Amino acid sequence: MSEEAKKGYSVPIGPIHPALKEPILFTFQMNGEKVEKVDFAPGKAHRGIEWMGMRRNPVQIVHLTDRICGICGVSHTLAFSRAVEQVAEIEVPERAHYVRTIIAEYERIQSHLLWAGVAAHELGFDTLFYLAWRVREESLDVIEYLTGNRVNYGIVQVGGVRRDITADQFPRIEASLSYYEDLFGKMLTLFLEDTTIKMRSRNTGVMNQQEALELCAIGPTARASGLNMDVRQDSPYAAYGDVDVRAVMPEQYLGEARGDVYDRIVVRLLEVKQSIDIVRQCMDQMPAGEVTAEPKIPKLLALCKKAEGEAVGRVEAPRGECLHYVRMDGHEQPLAWKVKASTYSNQMSWLKILQGEQLADIPIIVASIDPCMSCTDRVTVLRDGRRDVLTKEELHRLSVEKTRRLQS
Amino acid sequence: MIPVFGIDPLQVVGGTIAVAVLGVLAGLVFLGIDRKVTAHMQARIGPPIRQPFRDVRKLLCKDSIVPENAIPWLFNAAPIVALASAIVILLYLPAGSIAPVFGGYGDIILVMYLLTVPALAMVAGGFASGSPYATVGSQREMVTMISYEFPLAIAIIAVAWRLAAAGIADPFSIATIAANPVWSVVGPLGFAGCLILLVVLAWVTPAELSRIPCDTPEAETELAGGLLVEYSGRNLALFYLASGVKTVAMASLAVALFLPWNISGYLALPPAAGYAADIAFFLLKMLVVVFFSVSVIRVGMARFRITHVVSVYWGYLAGLGLLGLLLVVLDVAFGAGVIA
Repeated sequence: MSEEAKKGYSVPIGPIHPALKEPILFTFQMNGEKVEKVDFAPGKAHRGIEWMGMRRNPVQIVHLTDRICGICGVSHTLAFSRAVEQVAEIEVPERAHYVRTIIAEYERIQSHLLWAGVAAHELGFDTLFYLAWRVREESLDVIEYLTGNRVNYGIVQVGGVRRDITADQFPRIEASLSYYEDLFGKMLTLFLEDTTIKMRSRNTGVMNQQEALELCAIGPTARASGLNMDVRQDSPYAAYGDVDVRAVMPEQYLGEARGDVYDRIVVRLLEVKQSIDIVRQCMDQMPAGEVTAEPKIPKLLALCKKAEGEAVGRVEAPRGECLHYVRMDGHEQPLAWKVKASTYSNQMSWLKILQGEQLADIPIIVASIDPCMSCTDRVTVLRDGRRDVLTKEELHRLSVEKTRRLQS
Repeated sequence: MIPVFGIDPLQVVGGTIAVAVLGVLAGLVFLGIDRKVTAHMQARIGPPIRQPFRDVRKLLCKDSIVPENAIPWLFNAAPIVALASAIVILLYLPAGSIAPVFGGYGDIILVMYLLTVPALAMVAGGFASGSPYATVGSQREMVTMISYEFPLAIAIIAVAWRLAAAGIADPFSIATIAANPVWSVVGPLGFAGCLILLVVLAWVTPAELSRIPCDTPEAETELAGGLLVEYSGRNLALFYLASGVKTVAMASLAVALFLPWNISGYLALPPAAGYAADIAFFLLKMLVVVFFSVSVIRVGMARFRITHVVSVYWGYLAGLGLLGLLLVVLDVAFGAGVIA
């Protein structure tokens, strides 16, 4: 066999491909149907949101953060608000914490169901895809009922929330919760006991606990590999300190964590159940009171303008930890704002979990970490009209420079 | 007209044109019904049944783009070969009580081989596209073909062999198979065996037609259309028509093998009405076959990995087929049913 033939061939997947819901470029070195080598190039969905944000005030930015991601908008807004609230030392009223928690959990329900549908579609199981997305509608309806919007809810504001959830809205919420509870058993059976799904997802895209730790995986991806971590449990924010939240691990359902695609399906489905419980607890314990620390926007702005310092807001988004770093220096707009979405941490695990897998499994493995490129893409390097790849040393040098700039 | 090699040219030409037109029409209608029924099973509304006709019309209006890397003559020839060979299969299969155009000139083994030609044309077209997706798709199509041939051959040969054991002359002729339903000659064991073979044939159909769970060669989410990825316009329309005609061919093969009854014998009808009734009944039987072996299977399953296709067809289905064959053989050995 010649050297050329031994090398196999390369398959590009992306930037636009039916397997990908958002633009990113994968290059696979294939040997027959087997993946020999993987490389990926993100940065195709960069929109300069941080740039826009650093020219606006925090009250305006919360509406930008809503639009970082179409699925987990509230997680970004929550993380950003928490950062600003810490810098400006704004005390968020108890009730607002509960409203935030309820919305965040509904977001988790709709995000996980959306993901379940996508996963089924990647496996070529369109019936299940339609079913999952039809079921998902209920959570969107409730979100619309509570916030007025189906996506980009615009409910979280620095210092609280913009709308209260009143007691007369509880029956509608309760109806949707019992709707999901009734369906839950059926969904588990359909996804976890179907032969074809099991055949395709068991022992596919495996990442063990050690590897997950080394690759800094987070969220459901890490939990599926047996890492017991969840921001809601480890450093509770909003109302999570008051409710019972335990990280959902695949062991709870199967007795062991293998860290494969199947386990990731298990974790996400069980988290839907967990979210139902959390929303219910929140409704039971919801205290009375205001929902915002400062209803007058000019006054809120003045508060933010006076603030000086830096803070990090961490939130457990449906896909994992979402982190916002904000630094204010007594101006209206923040001096620095950095968004680190969950996919940013999870994407390196692609290199591990795609290695040696079948071409047929690429879509489901790529989807199994629930990637969100528009959350992740915070930078794209264009110099003289061409794209550059920065090495580790260059990145280090750049970040040192940036830190110096911030310190001066 | 003067017969050439014992065939009346006018009858053959006329018959071929009629079969081609009707085959294409029936194929598109079946695709439309399949889409509608599938949509309803997935709780969707689905497109109207005439949607495939609209699709084809639209595709026929569009340009065919030939990629730079492609081998143009092969790339353009493949869809024509696929459609033509799919139509040729229909010339050997009976429709209701109407004998096939080439009834006397080929047997069921020929049909089995003809069934591979449209797939081979797609493979050639895929390789000629010069795209990595199409190349992988073509490789997968070949592997799929190798996988389903064996179970298909078992089902066909078992039926013909059972008819031979019953002392029926010329058992491999399709006319013979259609005229003597295998169910009428088997005993209880053979009946069970034939039921198993029917299931095997129903499972071979989605592989033959590249439908879920065996749509690995096209695999939208993996290969973005696989061996069809570079095809557009007229060429894609021809492949689409070919897939419709292949659906008809597979369904009528299943009908001829396992459901060959006609209803005109039971109804006192004038000859013309009798033919019409038989055709209607034949279409209904085909619809049942398409419903169970295409629509239901594709609603209820995820796509196989190509390795699964091989293990399922070479392993489970070939094993199941051999079990069916064994039961048919035991049927004869124990002297049940009709034996010469």
